Amino acid sequence: MNIKKITADILIIGGGTAGCYAAITLSKISGARTLICEKADIRRSGCLAAGVNALNAYITEGHTPEFYADYAMKDAHGIARYDLLLSMSKRLNSVTAELEKLGLVILKDENGKYVTRGARNIKINGENIKPILADAVNALPNTDVLNRVNITDLAVRGNKIIGAYGIGVEDEAFYVIEAKAVIMAAGGAAGLYRPNNPGFSRHKMWYPPFNTGAGYAMGIRAGAEMTTFEMRFIALRCKDTIAPTGTLAQGVGAEQVNSLGEAYDDKYGHSTSDRVYGTVVENTEGRGPCFLRTEGITPEQEDDLKKAYLNMAPSQTLKWIEEGGPREKNVEIEGTEPYITGGHTASGYWVDINRKTTIDGLYAAGDAAGGAPQKYVTGALAEGEIAAEAAAEYIKSIKAAKIDETDISAHIAEAARFLDKSDKPSFTAEQLEEEMQKVMDEYAGGISANYRYDKARLDAADEKIRRIFELSELLRASDFYELMQIYELRERLTVALSVIAHLGARHETRWHCFAENVDYPGRDDKNFNKFVNSRLVNGKIEIILRDIPKGGASE
Amino acid sequence: MSVEIDKSKCVGCGGCKSICPGGLIRMDDNGKAYIKYPRDCWGCASCIKECPARAISLYLGADIGGKGSRMRAEISGDIINWIITKPGGETEEIKINRKESNKY
Repeated sequence: MNIKKITADILIIGGGTAGCYAAITLSKISGARTLICEKADIRRSGCLAAGVNALNAYITEGHTPEFYADYAMKDAHGIARYDLLLSMSKRLNSVTAELEKLGLVILKDENGKYVTRGARNIKINGENIKPILADAVNALPNTDVLNRVNITDLAVRGNKIIGAYGIGVEDEAFYVIEAKAVIMAAGGAAGLYRPNNPGFSRHKMWYPPFNTGAGYAMGIRAGAEMTTFEMRFIALRCKDTIAPTGTLAQGVGAEQVNSLGEAYDDKYGHSTSDRVYGTVVENTEGRGPCFLRTEGITPEQEDDLKKAYLNMAPSQTLKWIEEGGPREKNVEIEGTEPYITGGHTASGYWVDINRKTTIDGLYAAGDAAGGAPQKYVTGALAEGEIAAEAAAEYIKSIKAAKIDETDISAHIAEAARFLDKSDKPSFTAEQLEEEMQKVMDEYAGGISANYRYDKARLDAADEKIRRIFELSELLRASDFYELMQIYELRERLTVALSVIAHLGARHETRWHCFAENVDYPGRDDKNFNKFVNSRLVNGKIEIILRDIPKGGASE
Repeated sequence: MSVEIDKSKCVGCGGCKSICPGGLIRMDDNGKAYIKYPRDCWGCASCIKECPARAISLYLGADIGGKGSRMRAEISGDIINWIITKPGGETEEIKINRKESNKY
């Protein structure tokens, strides 16, 4: 096997929003030799490959960072870290200004002020937000970018990070990377559950289908403390295309209506999970399908909507052209399959105020970092900046360490085993992925279960996912792309087991749909106004309940 | 949801292959691009914007209500001109200026 050994001061895993901004920050504040490893190409990778329609986390005039942090605490029904949210919120506007300097187009009024969309959002043209960030990163001194290098595991000695392992899908090489500090900026997890469109269009989903939860899986395996995997994210989307609905709801004020034409927004509450829940209940009680009421908007509004969607979800515009636009026909909506993502909900690594994880030298930012929901683009940038500042400080007192040869050999042996062509496997990674998604859908609260689960089903899910994990040992790859698919499956299975354990540990229903525990249908503030955290100890997931730190709206 | 690459237009530059977030595009023996894993396409349209030969178009799979239209993009400077060709050959165009913000 072709083995490439590289050293860097700071390794950034994932060149998405948070990772790119961490690199930009490091270049400003330190002379550290920085390496970004990205499984795709940083010009179009991560959540923003297609673009983004608005910046949803911004402190608009007349508001304060505390206002934003309070909003995020409330939307999470109290299960979030006010300290993290506030430190992020304080930077939302400065990172936005930096993005504008790099070339992002932000809508301004005649006085040169940003035009807002609601109390926390500003309007942009985000079609090329990722190329803008990538161009900035590619121009940085002391910064290398390795595209198509997929990091598969962390190298940890004692409780200290010393590097990582990866596979180069194009150069067919095994990578051993030694680094003094690592910033985990990999994405969240899509593809754990059977998706809305399980056939030909199985990847027509809300979140990037290439985000497998690798960052979480690496942390789980390394024994890092992880948080709030039970707070799944379910988006309310346009049917079939799984395009955003916020642009319709906030842009042209479209209400959610059932098949009788009754608006039901106010009946269930306005948090993200309430909106999905309301749609599920209207459907199950026989008043579906549900829609966003767009009939009767003006021709100008329709034209602007078609353009807005071309800049972030082009398939929706294509659908309107094929089937008739939103002016003639209300837009049908549905909930997606559940995802795990620290950028929208509070799942991820348990971190301190500097975004340091429980492993020394390992920092997390963006979707990887837990405790701070409603980050969106600007929150991910802010966390990339915070993590970079802390990592730059940390490496000042750290000497480079060598990864043990025995550890390297074990990792190479694992890859070599999957690449061994002498034994013929009975099935493919794709088949096991479909089986995993079916199990999660039916037994761990997916779409077909109306997001509901109970202990007996979770126990069954746990047993079945463990069996699939065992079977995955038998998979074989004919090239490095297939090798990546095997690692991706195993990353998802690792995250799935933690999700199942977390869902089972929260004996209450605090968030409809996100965590709808049939055994405990009510909210239990006495026992569960707490974080559900976990650690993998000797192969077993140990649950740790932690108090909510003081501060903010939950006080 | 997937993309279609017109081999007669493909100039073999490999731009689509290097930009695809899923690594789903490959080059055939004649140096022309093709999508090896059409079911794994996210529909992000990155390849369409990258292609200098305007050889790539987006379509909706029949499983999500697609009716056979193809959508491609012609980019010059800050203007992206999206061209949708319906099965009957009728076309519709929508121009986007990258320097203008979304209204919504």
